[in-house]
Amino acid sequence: MIKYLLFFLPFIVVAAFIVMAARDRQRNRDAATIGFFRRNGPVLSTYFMVAVGFWTILIIVLPQLYMVEYSFRHNLTAAEVGGPKDVYTLANYHFLLFGRPSDNTAMNWLHIAVFFRTIIVSALVTIFDFCFCYPLAYFMAQVAKGGGARLLILCLIVPFWVNELLRAFAFKILFATSGLIDTLLMSTGLISDPIDFLKHDIGLYAGLSYAYMLSMIFPLYNAIESLDRNQIEAARDLGAPWWHIHLFVVMPFAKPGIASGCTLVFMLCAGALAAPQILGGPSSLWFTQLVYGWFFAAFDWPRGSAYAFALLLSCIIFVLAMLRLFKVSLTEIAR
Amino acid sequence: MSADVELDHVTIRFGDFVAVKSATLKIENGEFFSFLGPSGCGKTTILRTISGFLDPSEGTVRIGGQDMRGVGPNKRPTALIFQNLALFPLMTVEQNIVYGLRVRGASREVQRERADQLLSLIALSGQGRKKVAELSGGQKQRVAIARALAVEPQVLLLDEPLSALDLKLRQHMRNELRAIQKRVGITFIYITHDQGEALTMSDRIAVMNEGVIEQVGDGKAIYDDPATAFVASFVGENNPFHGHVVATDGEFAVIETVMGRLRGLNRRGARTGDAAVIFVRPESFRVGSGQADATIESAVLNVAFEGNLSHVFLKGPTKKEIVLTVGRSDGSLPGQGDTTRIGFDPRAARILPQGKLASD
Repeated sequence: MIKYLLFFLPFIVVAAFIVMAARDRQRNRDAATIGFFRRNGPVLSTYFMVAVGFWTILIIVLPQLYMVEYSFRHNLTAAEVGGPKDVYTLANYHFLLFGRPSDNTAMNWLHIAVFFRTIIVSALVTIFDFCFCYPLAYFMAQVAKGGGARLLILCLIVPFWVNELLRAFAFKILFATSGLIDTLLMSTGLISDPIDFLKHDIGLYAGLSYAYMLSMIFPLYNAIESLDRNQIEAARDLGAPWWHIHLFVVMPFAKPGIASGCTLVFMLCAGALAAPQILGGPSSLWFTQLVYGWFFAAFDWPRGSAYAFALLLSCIIFVLAMLRLFKVSLTEIAR
Repeated sequence: MSADVELDHVTIRFGDFVAVKSATLKIENGEFFSFLGPSGCGKTTILRTISGFLDPSEGTVRIGGQDMRGVGPNKRPTALIFQNLALFPLMTVEQNIVYGLRVRGASREVQRERADQLLSLIALSGQGRKKVAELSGGQKQRVAIARALAVEPQVLLLDEPLSALDLKLRQHMRNELRAIQKRVGITFIYITHDQGEALTMSDRIAVMNEGVIEQVGDGKAIYDDPATAFVASFVGENNPFHGHVVATDGEFAVIETVMGRLRGLNRRGARTGDAAVIFVRPESFRVGSGQADATIESAVLNVAFEGNLSHVFLKGPTKKEIVLTVGRSDGSLPGQGDTTRIGFDPRAARILPQGKLASD
């Protein structure tokens, strides 16, 4: 029953859109404003509604809803489907927190640790990316003149033509034991024995930081670029040292850009798979790797869905809490 | 505290372009001094040099006798009011005003006290908690002044701060600015391309063109005794007649133009044979006959009645018409299409060496 409902949801939404448009049209018949249909014509209007409806519903919401539904089911064999065992359950979420009843610890510490490690490292990567990108973005937006800024942007974008997987492997070569960096450090005599960067997860942190740098730099750049240069000069003229100008004039102004950059990097980082898979140390796991494992190693889709949802929900709550803390509203980010 | 500002052979270059050529002048302590010139004449560049955002390529800027080379804008005893005001949009009026004090680490009480004091100075008492966006244009203007005054600068620099306001408010703010300057008693350096602003507010004016200071003097001197053809044509309406000096006679000289021989005061030492321009202001002409060497005959193209006075446009030697202003009590107006004679007192005409005019 629920499945049929979910399947027909997109069509219901599109129909709702059409009804709304029709009502809008009726209400504005005598008013000076033109209704949605008349403004865009019947062809375009239908296209907009169907496209947006399909995109949001069919591509995004619907599969997610399926997954949510999945996460509350048992992992059943084909024969068992529809049988007495086919009931909704919290077992998958329970497993994430408490593990198997037969385990000798009360909590599923292994997975909980991986979960918090993912969140904390993602937050640290976000902070690092912000610290690294803010000066660059400020330089491109306010200091560099025309050509210089464009060249810098090009230098930032071009490396991202290389796909994520290839980039991760390149980092592996860079950070491997006796890899490029080790060789370099040893040849200059700074260290005598090679350092295993990958084992200490330095390769992973570097890879993640680099992978999502652009998602930080461009929102920052856009926000800072719209700041009137005179305001910076006015602050300077009033005696402000450079750090005061950044902290109290530039950053408050760029706050929406900072928020959207940080949100993007944090979300992408927490949901990354390629970089942790390739660059992660042998003893450290990323939460997405657990999800991947449930789906494709254990073939337990319900449990994988539950894990994925736990991550998504936690990330959303974390981000919303951060936005609240820094007094940024969602509408500001969309600007 | 107030300080004088001295420019000593200040030259400012941007690559090959010379924005300011060897400017030398001294702005006195407590003076309201204006730089007047068309856009691109280098006046803003001079202001930015005084405030410390630019260093002169050559020469020295001294404020209160101190060489300012290498002293950043945050360390100079100047405060700048920007053309677009550059108020901080995310801060309240009060936060804007005390920003400079906050930077200097002043206590909350000091900040509050100074804010109240300045808010009453700009007649915005009790409105400190408002957002900048809630203010009108004139109020924003006054907040910008208060913000600059909060740090107790010795010199206040103003970069065309009235240009964004509408005409009525602009005229009101002229008086306001002058009154504030009188009250705080510090040196004001004002940049404008509007001669009305410069003439009404300033103690002295420097007229600039293409990076060169053409003349420094009070409003009356600049209007009545322009030093160059540019100043004569830029400040106030003026009718130029180009020609050659054919005779000099004490303070006077006679110049041969296409409109005939014209006689005027020769205060800038033009000699016989020199290319020169004679300037006659519209209000100096009289309709009817004049004395020899001080009369022009031409066709009336248009008469514009403006109530207390009328403008009469005559066919001139170039495309530009000759303009004369006739007051209500000055008798009858010529009709359109007539050919009329207009005369002037040679004492009211000025002969200046040939040079670039403002409208060229």
